[in-house]
Amino acid sequence: MSTHDTPTERPTQRQPVKFYQTGTFTVGNRLLPENVRSVQADMRRTNSLNSGHRACQGCGEALGARYAIDAAMQATRNQLIAVNATGCLEVFSTPYPETSWQIPWIHSLFGNAAAVASGVAAAMRVKGHSDVRVVAQGGDGGTTDIGFGCLSGMFERNDDVLYLCYDNEAYMNTGVQRSSATPPGARTATTPAVGRQPGNEFGTGKNVPAIAMAHRIPYVATASVANLRDLEQKVTTAMAIRGARYIHIHVPCPLGWGSAPADTIRIARLAVESGLFPLYEAHDGQVTARTPIRRRVPVDDYLKLQKRFAHLFANEAGKERIALVQAVADRNIAEFGLLAGDDAHG
Amino acid sequence: MLKQTEGSRAVAEAIALCRPEVICAYPITPQTHIVEGLGEMVKAGELAGCEFINVESEFAALSVAIGASAAGARTYTATSSQGLLFMAEAVYNAAGLGLPIVMTIGNRAIGAPINIWNDHSDSMSMRDAGWIQLFAETNQEALDLHIQAFRLAEELSCPVMVCMDGFILTHAYDRVDVPAQAEVDAFLPAFEPRQVLDPAEPVTIGAMVGPEAFTEVRYLAHHKQLRALALIPHLSSEFAAKFGRASGGLIRPYRTSDAETIVVALGSVIGTVKEVVDDMRGEGVAIGCVSICSFRPFPLTALREALEHAKRVIVLEKCLAVGLGGIVSDGVRKALSGVMLKGYTVIAGLGGRAITRKSLRQLFEDAGADELEQVTFLDLNADIVASELERETLSRRSGPTAEAILRRLGTVASGIG
Ligand SMILES: Cc1ncc(C[n+]2csc(CCOP(=O)(O)OP(=O)(O)O)c2C)c(N)n1
Ligand code: SF4
Ligand SMILES: [Mg+2]
Repeated sequence: MSTHDTPTERPTQRQPVKFYQTGTFTVGNRLLPENVRSVQADMRRTNSLNSGHRACQGCGEALGARYAIDAAMQATRNQLIAVNATGCLEVFSTPYPETSWQIPWIHSLFGNAAAVASGVAAAMRVKGHSDVRVVAQGGDGGTTDIGFGCLSGMFERNDDVLYLCYDNEAYMNTGVQRSSATPPGARTATTPAVGRQPGNEFGTGKNVPAIAMAHRIPYVATASVANLRDLEQKVTTAMAIRGARYIHIHVPCPLGWGSAPADTIRIARLAVESGLFPLYEAHDGQVTARTPIRRRVPVDDYLKLQKRFAHLFANEAGKERIALVQAVADRNIAEFGLLAGDDAHG
Repeated sequence: MLKQTEGSRAVAEAIALCRPEVICAYPITPQTHIVEGLGEMVKAGELAGCEFINVESEFAALSVAIGASAAGARTYTATSSQGLLFMAEAVYNAAGLGLPIVMTIGNRAIGAPINIWNDHSDSMSMRDAGWIQLFAETNQEALDLHIQAFRLAEELSCPVMVCMDGFILTHAYDRVDVPAQAEVDAFLPAFEPRQVLDPAEPVTIGAMVGPEAFTEVRYLAHHKQLRALALIPHLSSEFAAKFGRASGGLIRPYRTSDAETIVVALGSVIGTVKEVVDDMRGEGVAIGCVSICSFRPFPLTALREALEHAKRVIVLEKCLAVGLGGIVSDGVRKALSGVMLKGYTVIAGLGGRAITRKSLRQLFEDAGADELEQVTFLDLNADIVASELERETLSRRSGPTAEAILRRLGTVASGIG
């Protein structure tokens, strides 16, 4: 078993990693002191979700999982067990007899990842392996819909589990059907945009990070593959805390969203910069940090790169609906104080 | 140590003696007293090294058990009826993953109409899920079977259900012999998992398997049950040698060697059946009975050997395969394939209806005279059925059936066995 140092204890002398600085939000960091570089920039990163899996090109979920799990591995010195709900991540990573997982990993069912993880955590407790930590992970469907009862139970018991939700805003593995995380106006296989139908109905859906906060669990955060350093840091923060923790990660899906694989990060960033996907952290049910928007963009910029919203640009009714989407973004910005300079909210 | 205690308490004590590490539970009658008892022991510090987890549903209970077992902990849960159905997906999953979880089923009917009393519909609905299913005849046997169940489960890496009749056993006070900790420790070694989630040796458990290997994986599940056919009697004899009493095994024939009529049944009803058999034997009737302890794996060969010389077999079932008749009868018929004898299916004791000696006596006599229908419903109130059927012809909006029948009967919760 290899051991892994925590970021603060890293040695300063070792082979520098040749990643390139492409902007402050990406993996590069070679201009940074080594001890604050990203986990992915570390040669000793674990590649917990190894290459060779069968995700689509540009899959946000694969990217998010790799960063999140590697960060959790580093934070726990590789003493990590993962529980996975059914969904794209599970299917593309473990086509029998192959597996991409380099860590102990179990998949049981679609709706029980949180409960299975509670069981693993309980076993670790009774066995005296308090250093071995547990993550549960699933898609938005496995989390916000079918796995919601088990998730809430795990939260309520404050079991020592970090739950990672990879939100690609629909049931992708079964062919892009609506979930309760599908945004208003989006076309899915079960919310078709035929005639004057808007796609997914406005005024529906649920805000699971807020519901997680309502359980008063020690840590809740939202994250995005647009800001992978931030994602790593949130996972690292979460792993330093005991009890139930939840990170809701926005992960574009080129196949389900009808977007170019090369645009995954760009789309994720536009969701953040438009205010549609606010990034924040909450401790014990109180928001403690938000990521301000650096350069605000209208929601149109985000929507128009995705075929699932194409119908909104087709006629006047669509324009009115885009205005409603803009109103959602505006409300988020106001609620969280997301505009840069608005940092009374820090 | 001999004790006069409730069946549920006896089982809780048996589980405690097995040194479980994770217990998860959700309340449902008639199983609840078992986990309440265990919860108390954990809180009182009598069960060192055990986590007791209260969950939000039976689906979560078995899911927590799946996680705990996969992480190497000896794991136990219990449920009944609607609870077992609520966890159905996880029931199949635990078996598919080969996790040696032990679960008590306090057997109870399945609604609608909702009914808390005993029959075997719940566990029998999961008969093909890949779990071993053992049925207890008495509280002593329920206690003993749990100790054997952990051994069996862990040797095979296969989950085991111990089924005990709701109320009739779970709530009955009876004398039981509770073994000493040292005796149980000598019979049941520490759990050494075949597969375990361990950062020192990472494995992937629960991968996606396609047509290329699914049949082989399923065959191996079947093969495991076939191995259990040999292991169950072996454990039963070892248990007898160590604990000084017979419990478990595949089947238990009673006065069958020269019997022309043999009654087959599972669970506590066999006690009443034996009394009637004894009465009739006293009058010179060649009758005997066979109790099936291992319902899964189904002991085809053992049953065949016990039954093939008979003239007729009556299968007394506390479960109805709607549209077919009996579930156990199907297995018995398979055991006797090629053997010419008369076979009768009797559906009895549904939703807790008392199975009385008087009714059984009449039934066995009718069978002896070969005056029984292929499928008989014991003590069916034919008048009520006829009048309800007629009522339904009178009005399209005849309303809910169960409520109409209750109104006509004018009683609630009577005739409980
Ligand atoms: C009980 C149950 N219902 C339905 C399914 C079918 N199913 C498998 S994966 C999936 C969609 C997963 O969606 P999500 O959780 O959002 O993950 P994604 O594939 O989008 O990453 C569905 C509906 C199932 N496996 N189990
Ligand atoms: S369908 Fe979407 S989530 Fe699934 S593998 Fe493809 S890109 Fe990833
Ligand atoms: Mg999804």
